[in-house]
Amino acid sequence: MSDVIKTDAVIIGAGPVGMFAVFELGLLDIKAHLIDILPKIGGQCAELYPEKPIYDIPGYPIVTGQGLVDALEKQIHPFDPTFHLNEMVESLEVLGTPEHPLFRIATDAGTTFEAKVVLIAAGGGSFQPKRPPTPGVEAYEGKSVFYSVRKMEHFRGRRVLIAGGGDSALDWVLNLHPVASRVTLVHRRDEFRAAPHSVNAMRTLVAENKMDLAIAQLTGLKGNDGQLSAVSVRGADQVNFDIECDDLLAFYGLTMKLGPVANWGLNLHENLVPVDTARFETSTPGIFAVGDIITYPGKLKLILSGFHEAALAAQRAHHYVYPDKKLLFQYTTSSTNLQRKLGVS
Amino acid sequence: MLDTRENADPMTKITYIDASGASRTVEAQDGSTVMETALRNSVPGIEAECGGACACATCHVYVADEWSATVGKASQMEEDMLDFAADVRPTSRLSCQIKVTPALDGLVVSTPDKQG
Repeated sequence: MSDVIKTDAVIIGAGPVGMFAVFELGLLDIKAHLIDILPKIGGQCAELYPEKPIYDIPGYPIVTGQGLVDALEKQIHPFDPTFHLNEMVESLEVLGTPEHPLFRIATDAGTTFEAKVVLIAAGGGSFQPKRPPTPGVEAYEGKSVFYSVRKMEHFRGRRVLIAGGGDSALDWVLNLHPVASRVTLVHRRDEFRAAPHSVNAMRTLVAENKMDLAIAQLTGLKGNDGQLSAVSVRGADQVNFDIECDDLLAFYGLTMKLGPVANWGLNLHENLVPVDTARFETSTPGIFAVGDIITYPGKLKLILSGFHEAALAAQRAHHYVYPDKKLLFQYTTSSTNLQRKLGVS
Repeated sequence: MLDTRENADPMTKITYIDASGASRTVEAQDGSTVMETALRNSVPGIEAECGGACACATCHVYVADEWSATVGKASQMEEDMLDFAADVRPTSRLSCQIKVTPALDGLVVSTPDKQG
């Protein structure tokens, strides 16, 4: 395990609201590390709708999801946040007292933090691979059904069925075909979203009988004790058949799941985190929550609401990070102190 | 004198049939989408996780065969998203991509067993 990273604040979720929280905390001299399960910053804006215009960001008559993320990245740059991407927070432990909170945060990549405050800005939860629509798939997960490749060696000499039509599916078809005893690609239509050169390479392998391609949809799994023996599919002609295999690698995109947030001892209401609207603090002192993941009377799931919530949470966070300092309310337009922090004075 | 009342606030009726066979007919505003109409009327079976950005495939519906030609085919981007839906059939569409027009008055769509 790596050394513990000691910091003022850990922000869970690097979407627009988590990013803006860096700014609001930074103005109050609170240093932040951001953690996100995605390999990039921006959350849903970057993952779901990077090219879609947003019309209700104050001051921007129109901005794309990616455009907003890029602007926020620039805006928070003076505060030099550290991003930990491709990592999911697994545990959040209370070390301190309600008056002097301290938390230990650990990710699935083995990174551990000690922070005085935590801001949960996890939106709809973590983006996780979508399960294939086959009943009982849970029993096979991690044994013979996978949604990513951690070790290619696992697949050596095995019959691997890969499902999907995007870059992940095609890349693994090409990477695993020399390793596996036989690779079969299953996709619902004979068109692929993946990069054309990967599709062409796959078609060449099929033509040379070095792998198989089935135009079909998964309907069921067959096997014992988590070990697959075959996958049932329905072809484009509506005929059902089985494909024998040892492993299934399924690439059906991402979906949002609340995930580990549910295990952190916070009060939850219908998978949302209730907060008070003066401090945006959860039921655990020192743990704040902002953005789409929270609920309170009148809550709107708007980016602009999340910005407001982050500003108020930062005010209260200051109380924990600097218990002996009085917080003076200042404007970025007039305060030379704030302007110095922003690097503009 | 022209009587405009008949055309004032024209409403289009849409029927949603869920996986158990239960049917609900609601009035849809022209210009809205079949997904939005379902949510606005608390019609179950449509999740719309991404809020209508054609980015999640959780508003999947089957357009009734007799309506398929009128509703039209999925766009390329929509077909790409349908790759993530379960049990895709020839008349599968994402309901966030079907705009309500007077021509769709009487439209019937079915929702799948599960979304996503």
